[in-house]
Amino acid sequence: MSGFPVLTLLTVLPLAGAAVALIAGKHARGVAIITTGVSLALAIYVWTQLPANGAIGLVERAAWAPSLGIEYHLGVDGLGALMVVLSAIVTLMSVDAAHRVHHQPGLYFGLVLVLESGLFGSFTALNFFHWFLFWELSLIPAFFLIKLWGGARRGPAATQFFVYTMAGSVALLVAFLAVFLSTGSMDFDRLTFLASTGELERLVTAHLGPVMLWLAIGVLAGFAVKVPMIPFHTWLPAAYAEAPSPVTMLLTGAMSKMGVYGLLRIAIPLFGPQIAQIRTPLLVLAVATVVMGAWAAAAQKDLKRVFAYLSVNHLGYCLLGIFALAVPAVGAGAQASQAAALNGVILQMFNHGITAAALFWFVAILQQRTGGHRGIDDFGGLRKPAPVLAGLMGIALFSSLGLPGLNGFVGEFLIFRGVFPLAWVSATVSLLGLLVTAAVILTVIQKVFNGPVPEHCVGFPDLHHGEKLALAPVIGLMLLVGLLPQLIVDSVNPTVVNLLAHWRF
Amino acid sequence: MLMQEMASVSFQPTTNCGPPGICDYLWLVPAVPIIASGVIGLLKQQKRRTAATLAIGSLSFSLVLALVAFVHVVAGWTHGVAVRETVNFTWIQFGASNVDLGWVLDPLSAVMLAMVTLVGLLIFIYSIGYMAHDENYTRFFCFLSLFAGAMLGVVIANSMLLFFMGWELVGLTSYLLIGFWYQKPAAAAAAKKAFLTTRVGDVFFLLGIVWLFAQTGTLLFYNNGAGSIEHGALAALLAQPAALGLSAAGAIGLLIFAGAAGKSGQFPLHVWLPDAMEGPTPVSALIHAATMVAAGVYLIARVYPLMQAGALAGGTTTPLTVVTWVGAFTAVFAALIAVAQNDIKRILAYSTISQLGYMMAGLGMGGVAVGMFHLITHAFFKALLFMGAGSVIHGCHEEQDVRRMGGLRADMPLTFLTYAIGMLALCGFPLLFSGFWSKDGILEAAQHWSVAKTPFYMLVFGALLTAFYMTRQVGYVFFGTWRGKKPARESPAVITAPLTILAFFAMALGLIGTPAWPWFRGFIESRAVPFEWHGFMEPGLLALMGTSTVMVFLGLGLGWRLYGGQAPKPEQPDVLEKALPLPWAWLRDRLYIDELYGFTVIAFYGWWARVADWLDRRVWGGVVAGVAWAFRGWAHFSRFLDMNWVDGSFDKGCEELASGGGLLSRVQNGRVQTYLRILAFSVVALVAILIWSSLP
Repeated sequence: MSGFPVLTLLTVLPLAGAAVALIAGKHARGVAIITTGVSLALAIYVWTQLPANGAIGLVERAAWAPSLGIEYHLGVDGLGALMVVLSAIVTLMSVDAAHRVHHQPGLYFGLVLVLESGLFGSFTALNFFHWFLFWELSLIPAFFLIKLWGGARRGPAATQFFVYTMAGSVALLVAFLAVFLSTGSMDFDRLTFLASTGELERLVTAHLGPVMLWLAIGVLAGFAVKVPMIPFHTWLPAAYAEAPSPVTMLLTGAMSKMGVYGLLRIAIPLFGPQIAQIRTPLLVLAVATVVMGAWAAAAQKDLKRVFAYLSVNHLGYCLLGIFALAVPAVGAGAQASQAAALNGVILQMFNHGITAAALFWFVAILQQRTGGHRGIDDFGGLRKPAPVLAGLMGIALFSSLGLPGLNGFVGEFLIFRGVFPLAWVSATVSLLGLLVTAAVILTVIQKVFNGPVPEHCVGFPDLHHGEKLALAPVIGLMLLVGLLPQLIVDSVNPTVVNLLAHWRF
Repeated sequence: MLMQEMASVSFQPTTNCGPPGICDYLWLVPAVPIIASGVIGLLKQQKRRTAATLAIGSLSFSLVLALVAFVHVVAGWTHGVAVRETVNFTWIQFGASNVDLGWVLDPLSAVMLAMVTLVGLLIFIYSIGYMAHDENYTRFFCFLSLFAGAMLGVVIANSMLLFFMGWELVGLTSYLLIGFWYQKPAAAAAAKKAFLTTRVGDVFFLLGIVWLFAQTGTLLFYNNGAGSIEHGALAALLAQPAALGLSAAGAIGLLIFAGAAGKSGQFPLHVWLPDAMEGPTPVSALIHAATMVAAGVYLIARVYPLMQAGALAGGTTTPLTVVTWVGAFTAVFAALIAVAQNDIKRILAYSTISQLGYMMAGLGMGGVAVGMFHLITHAFFKALLFMGAGSVIHGCHEEQDVRRMGGLRADMPLTFLTYAIGMLALCGFPLLFSGFWSKDGILEAAQHWSVAKTPFYMLVFGALLTAFYMTRQVGYVFFGTWRGKKPARESPAVITAPLTILAFFAMALGLIGTPAWPWFRGFIESRAVPFEWHGFMEPGLLALMGTSTVMVFLGLGLGWRLYGGQAPKPEQPDVLEKALPLPWAWLRDRLYIDELYGFTVIAFYGWWARVADWLDRRVWGGVVAGVAWAFRGWAHFSRFLDMNWVDGSFDKGCEELASGGGLLSRVQNGRVQTYLRILAFSVVALVAILIWSSLP
């Protein structure tokens, strides 16, 4: 409560940057780089200021409309702060990657910064009202970015995006109104506490009848669209493919985490027993997301759609971990499994964000060099003319494949460690996902980098110094997290323990 | 409570290294080559000498350290101490539990370290000559060093997870090196096939690791009695029923074996290894003959207490029985295919698969020492054979078809001599050659196996086949007259010197594993071994040695009779092909296993991918389209309602935002306004409902 309102500053800073960028004309990218750079520094500062016991820290509270249960309430724990850091990194990467925006650069970078603000806001808000504002408002810049700078077939993409997100948001909204009418509170802390004692369910049932399960389904639907979970995912390949690649980096790297974050911050704490009740169908959908996501990726010809489906697959592991741990834990063994799964899920969120954003960045680089080509069969033998590009993109691809020593492995290992004892059938079937993902990624490498060099790829320019400098920290981060995951887990694990202690299934 | 426990976790390593503390520094053995690899990776392609020097220098360092460690363990053993020193540390902490890594120095890791560094170094030196004219020479040494480091990491691992990490990393380097000539589509395809086939085994292995970890709470092999393959954990695993009458120990053992089978080319996951011969020959020698493919065997040896858990005296367990049958079947199956191959490296590749089957069978029936002894001797003579084959290929101007060679014993005398030693060692020629002693150890174990005698007969038959296909190959390559185009020439000393050293080991290593003085077995099992001539006099042993000798001579004689004088010309059919055309065609076409997979697994993969895609586009997409259509209808219906409601400021703001002329028209035509209108509507509705509901 006391002290400098650093989280408010974090959220306002990109908005201020956006205002400047709008009028900065062709210097907008510079403004955006400076803003996102400072934001990243601030986010890392937030990360270092977390309380050691895993509780929520850096709290800011101010009365807003108390009679409506609306309060300005910000704070972060290990989960929120990690997502803030991830959003800051991914936005910086995206701005870095977007150096060919000739059309209205002021508006473009302004929107990107507004989006960053939305991300920061939704990862730090602890009251439903303004969390929902940020949740919805972050969509607007994303929508414009796709709509105005997107590819040729953005029409159908927009329809799906629209139908899905609206349906999801309406479901969320209705569910939360019901909760508010029953409890008079919109505060996450307060509601989590009520839920952990069973009071929430009693209140809701007393006011509205036996609707808790339906509310849980509504909330889950809202997040399932965002993550996305099969079958709520069909907006994603189109949106990811039609958005300009730097925007796709934001969509997959940061915005997809809003859904997983929502599950962990809202759905599980408030509706634990209901989710445990429908755990089996949810696990089926999570496994389907893992397996069918990977397999659908195998059928794609467009690199962006391949990586889009791989994103579905990788976030499927998060869903798998979350739903698997939604059981009443009996004994230390089950608690250890829950802790493993939850640590794994949070690591996977971060790692997927970094890796997927990097992959779409590489697609952007391929597109820039070939006049927009991004088909899996459009290239060949690129290792010869562009060995550095091949090496760095290879590392990112193997990180996505889950190779030990790189970041992707750690989260997946902990998820499987946690899920197997809690839901062994789901864990076993999901192994198919690991296999199919590997097949997809090796096919990409084979077709893009190996084989003879086709004529139009002969003069393919390798990465220049600026690109190497920009990409090196990202690749370095993949190695660092892969080798020393404790750097992140150190701050995440106390939060995991803290969260699990407050959840009731 | 959890918080207090967590605070007590220390990330400091716990060590039980005895003086002089060699084990404390054992991590340098893998670390130095990996660091060297990183440095080489950053070098410019022109820095060829620096790259080779760094790679060879770092591996020499590892060799010295490995030998010091080896001597340390041997010294402990001669003083009656069973050395098992470990260093463990926490890598990740979750909840109140840990993911631990660590390394171990015991006879098993010591002997493997010595072998891998020694054979590796010889192959590194050989590569200077073999790869001299390759444009990616620097990158080759980068990958080779990375491989050596990863493999050595596997060897010293005291943690299931560290083992797996090294295991996957050797898989990666194997992938990179098979596909080293990436512009050849066949090489790129073979690399991918190798990675994916072994990954099939690896996912089961991963499942086994996760299961073991969840059950025992630790990933460490040895941890002062609290490790996952030590007594306490094993007793708990045995008490835990899994399925199909297996205990958890049995089920986990089988899962781990699936991983081992993938890496070690056991049927039915062997298909990648022959294709892996697309890589440069030093790679075939190092990775696909001596070290990486043996890692599966080493894995079974490492977790042997788990594989053996629950066995009564003289009895066996389900995992070990499976290991035995798969190994014995693979041994014969691959040897049969080797008979009908014409590519010099593919013959050796099938031979490697077959010999790995012997090792597995040896582990299954005879224990760690029996399987490991064959692993060590095989590493030397198979590396020798591959490098000899490389020398031949080099001498014959990159020709690999044995039908286009011939009479090379005169043109390449040193290569011929060393190759013959390797060949005789592989065939198990009596007394003088290491392969004889290590293979007889396996046959002896098979003879006494309590479950069935069939594996014994299979392995004896395999010995005959081995002698036969190797004689056929040597007959084609070194005897008869030259059938190629340009005349062959002997290779330079940088290639032949490593051959000579390996040839020495291919003979001398037999001395440490004779029945009279089973030094190796004693060392691995940490018990004293006096020298006793009457070791040969054990009942049945001489008869067994006689049997295997007869088989070897039968194979050699038959081979010599058919291929010794003058092998057929390239365009003529093989001698056996004329006699037995149909079986020959089956064997030549590798018994159609690849085709079978093409029809089943790979076809299913492609078909199911299309199903997934179709579901997405048609079924889920169709539902969405339907909903969208309904929404649109609703939107038209209520159009004027919200026009009057939310018209002004919001829409106008958006229009001003996108005030660029071209942009404006695009926005207006899209569905943006509808979307924003509904968004704004929901926020307004939220506030309205809140106000309404909170009124008294």
